[in-house]
Amino acid sequence: MSCKRKETAVVVSQEQLANGIYSMWLQTEEATEIAVPGQFISIYTNDGSKLLPRPISLCEIDKEKKQLRVVYRVTGERTGTEQFSEMTAGDTIDILGPLGNGFPLEEGRGKKAFLMGGGIGVPPILELAKQLDCEQKQIVIGYRDAETFLKEEFEANGEVYISTEDGSVGTTGNVMDAILENALEADIIYACGPTPMLRAIKKYAEEKDIVCYISMEERMACGIGACLACVCQSKEKDHHSNVNNKRVCKDGPVFLSTEVEL
Amino acid sequence: MNMKVNIAGVEWNNPVTVASGTFGSGAEFADYVDLNRLGAVTTKGVANIPWAGNPTPRVAETYGGMMNAVGLQNPGIDLFCERDIPFLRQYDTKIIVNVCGKSTEDYCEVVERLADEDVDMLEINISCPNVKEGGIAFGQNPKAAEEITKAVKKYAKQPVIMKLSPNVTSIAEMAKAVEAGGADAVSLINTLTGMKVDINRKAFVLANKTGGVSGPAIHPIAVRMVYEAANAVQIPIIGMGGIASAEDAIEMLLVGASAVSVGTANFHDPAVTMKVVDGIEAYMKRQGFESVADMVGIVK
Repeated sequence: MSCKRKETAVVVSQEQLANGIYSMWLQTEEATEIAVPGQFISIYTNDGSKLLPRPISLCEIDKEKKQLRVVYRVTGERTGTEQFSEMTAGDTIDILGPLGNGFPLEEGRGKKAFLMGGGIGVPPILELAKQLDCEQKQIVIGYRDAETFLKEEFEANGEVYISTEDGSVGTTGNVMDAILENALEADIIYACGPTPMLRAIKKYAEEKDIVCYISMEERMACGIGACLACVCQSKEKDHHSNVNNKRVCKDGPVFLSTEVEL
Repeated sequence: MNMKVNIAGVEWNNPVTVASGTFGSGAEFADYVDLNRLGAVTTKGVANIPWAGNPTPRVAETYGGMMNAVGLQNPGIDLFCERDIPFLRQYDTKIIVNVCGKSTEDYCEVVERLADEDVDMLEINISCPNVKEGGIAFGQNPKAAEEITKAVKKYAKQPVIMKLSPNVTSIAEMAKAVEAGGADAVSLINTLTGMKVDINRKAFVLANKTGGVSGPAIHPIAVRMVYEAANAVQIPIIGMGGIASAEDAIEMLLVGASAVSVGTANFHDPAVTMKVVDGIEAYMKRQGFESVADMVGIVK
């Protein structure tokens, strides 16, 4: 029977963290209760000409206050994300979620972990860093330049290694370069970021035989597994689709790296 | 007051169903809506064998709507019969199975397979713009549409709804053609073929280059086509195309649709169908309509 619903959240705060990167806390009625790191919410614009929700990953989950934090990139002028960035405390915004499967936390218990994020894949790693109970928490995050948003908050939750494409902070290059430069080792990996980064991490994990969970991204429409827009290629025939396709929104966005082809 | 409608001999509890492809087989939406409150569930298209569909990106937002080129990904008729029909049968709603194929034989194979299954109606998709073979090839030529209608009717045990494409010069001519072929009903409109370019990447947004445009932006076109089809044929019409509210649905009924499908709006609000049902009921009370049939086609 029907139980889930689209709900109206209230903006608690809005803050610009870096060029084009914004942080928004939302007061929810129900969405926070069952949220776990790695899940996302669909956010709807208040503009009738923009029909589809924007899937945005959860950066922080505050169960006590029933608040969710999203850190997102404004993708251009007159976009839905630009509208979100213009909202201020007290404004209302429709959301659906939490959606998808999050990072499996139990798997990390007692292990040396890499928590890796790149670009706009950095935010979901924060709540993971806060909740993951593991032996060694090595947070490896990659940015374009010196605008290392959320860095201080990561530092409060583990050992932080940074890479920047322009070399302004930490290792020059990407997150894989940071691992090599610092001679880091792990026996479990959690990662979120652009596809080339995930592809490199998947390859590294398979070569080293390390369990690796990656959070994927694809253009979505419904966000709940019905429309089959956001599929990714699966290694084995998927039981739901009966072909080699998995739904990023419903079966993911977090997948075991060996389950999917990148 | 009575919300029931009779579509080609099948009685629905109310005139609202969902457009194929926007609702899966209902399982994903069961968390958000009471499926018992839908007149019918129209499933995502199913073929004789599993189809992997098109590469991604498969969707893009457009002004007041969206564009898709999913390419009829589906699990094939065997898994569909095993899993999706029993799921839907748990609910007090009619089951309309949307059938797709690449050749006449493909369509007939699925229709024949469904003959002994517990489903209420078949909707034959001869209008998908996103698959190269079959689909649209049957939907843009009146003669071909009539022929495939005749072919599936030979095997069909359930009433056959032919789903029409708006990408034609005369929707009336197409509706007449499938009626002549023996169709029990028609549904329209499928999506309008469109294209979108990413000016920064200097490339098409969809991997398939073209896609089907849907959503509120196309609603007036759909209303016009339902009106034209209603004036051309005697068989019932299921109207669809950009319905996002009860008001949009009522427009369709008033120009001649006997029932309506809600499609893209399901992506904007998964519970929108419930609002459409409630809104039609409220309108009927307000306006003093005793039955849905009383309002069908009264705007001439």
